[in-house]
Amino acid sequence: MAPAATADRLLAGPQFSAGAESFAEHRARLGPLPIADARNGLIDTIERSGLLGRGGAGFPVGRKWRSVGARSGGRAAVVANGAEGEPRSAKDRSLMTLRPHLVIDGAILAAAAVGADDVVLYVGMEHRAAVDALVRAVAERPLGGGPPLRIVEAPMGYIAGESSAMVHYLEARDARPMAVPPRPHERGLGGRPTLIQNVESLAAAALIARHGDEWFRATGRDLTPGTALVTVTGPVAGTGVREIEYGTTLRELVDAAGGLTAATDAVLLGGYFGGWAATEGRWDEPLDPASLSSRGLGFGCGMVAFLPADACGVWATSRIMEYMAGESARQCGPCIFGLGAISGALRRLATGAHHDGDLADVTRWAGQIAGRGACHHPDGAAGLLQSGLRVFADEFALHERTHGCSRPTAAARRV
Amino acid sequence: MGDVLRIDRIRCDGYGMCAELLPEHIALDDWGYPIFRSGPIPHRLVPLARRAVEVCPVLALSLVRERAHPSSDH
Repeated sequence: MAPAATADRLLAGPQFSAGAESFAEHRARLGPLPIADARNGLIDTIERSGLLGRGGAGFPVGRKWRSVGARSGGRAAVVANGAEGEPRSAKDRSLMTLRPHLVIDGAILAAAAVGADDVVLYVGMEHRAAVDALVRAVAERPLGGGPPLRIVEAPMGYIAGESSAMVHYLEARDARPMAVPPRPHERGLGGRPTLIQNVESLAAAALIARHGDEWFRATGRDLTPGTALVTVTGPVAGTGVREIEYGTTLRELVDAAGGLTAATDAVLLGGYFGGWAATEGRWDEPLDPASLSSRGLGFGCGMVAFLPADACGVWATSRIMEYMAGESARQCGPCIFGLGAISGALRRLATGAHHDGDLADVTRWAGQIAGRGACHHPDGAAGLLQSGLRVFADEFALHERTHGCSRPTAAARRV
Repeated sequence: MGDVLRIDRIRCDGYGMCAELLPEHIALDDWGYPIFRSGPIPHRLVPLARRAVEVCPVLALSLVRERAHPSSDH
């Protein structure tokens, strides 16, 4: 893992090589948990901070806490979402592994703020180091004072982190999304209002609770305040998780990560719920949720995955859609059949085995599946696909016309 | 304000009877699953929409009075 960039906040503290920060170190570095303040005014502070959720959708954290708090009657539930099923993302598991007490602080503070007496730390079972760090961290914390903390290992799979699937799993050990409404913040665990918050969002809230909203707003160079964890992959010297100030440019991020090791023309921003973007003309644009969305892109889960210039975008898009089709919970027709058909046609286009009309079908289906599932899985897949069709339009056309590829080497298919 | 069709996508098995009754408002995709036109059901089609709700073999459809629903769980 790369060392943190300049904006260390979430990742401040001991060297990463030292592993998980102990409770003693954490307490010495950040002081006691301001639990009394959490019951009194923390939601206002979080709202003023402008903190956005870091699970991917970027919903304002304070507004979510207020919504759960208004319904809780003191018996809401809090779920810290550390499922991180996004295949190439590593920021949540790194945060839980290195700074488990910051995540736990955030969950306890959220519980106090919204009035919850049940706290679940929901961690992807495949993230063993994160599970171990949290188990040790919970054991290190002094007894008494706060709500009981339960660690539940999330099953494998992309969809296990979806909020209604998570509630379904915690209630019935069935990690499939449920038909909504009611939404979890209205009626979730045990029928109680349930705050589901990504672990990075909770860690950020734990810092805001100590240092205040003005401290938080002092970072962030463009429209969105604060810092965020990102996962950088592709032909970059220092791949891995870094913390950046919102508004950092793509060029600055790459420089901080030691520069490119090969040419790149396209980047996947925001993960599989985000989309492809051409890098040309974008190097000096800010990585900021609001600016990105005004340009039809998304910050999402903080994934910045560069595609090497000698790799085929049609193939890369096909691989992602194959994954998304395979990760469907297989409950809703448009997702089961739509993603399956799209994945099949893309595979044919990528390998030159396509039929007449495959590209036209894929293009038509891409516009049909969004909004037609019980959860947002097909919406994310459709967005990713549309971005691929746009960014790699020339390559798609060439594949369709020639049944070949402009990059006819093994390297083209390494992603 | 107006009546809107709500569908339980998990229940829907693509029988397509709703689209037969209400082609002005419901199309079917290549696999027989309904695609709804956005917005409320025009007043004159409401009786047919009610009928579509009644004939759905898996009870996936309901007709509800549209209301503001600004909340989100993201």
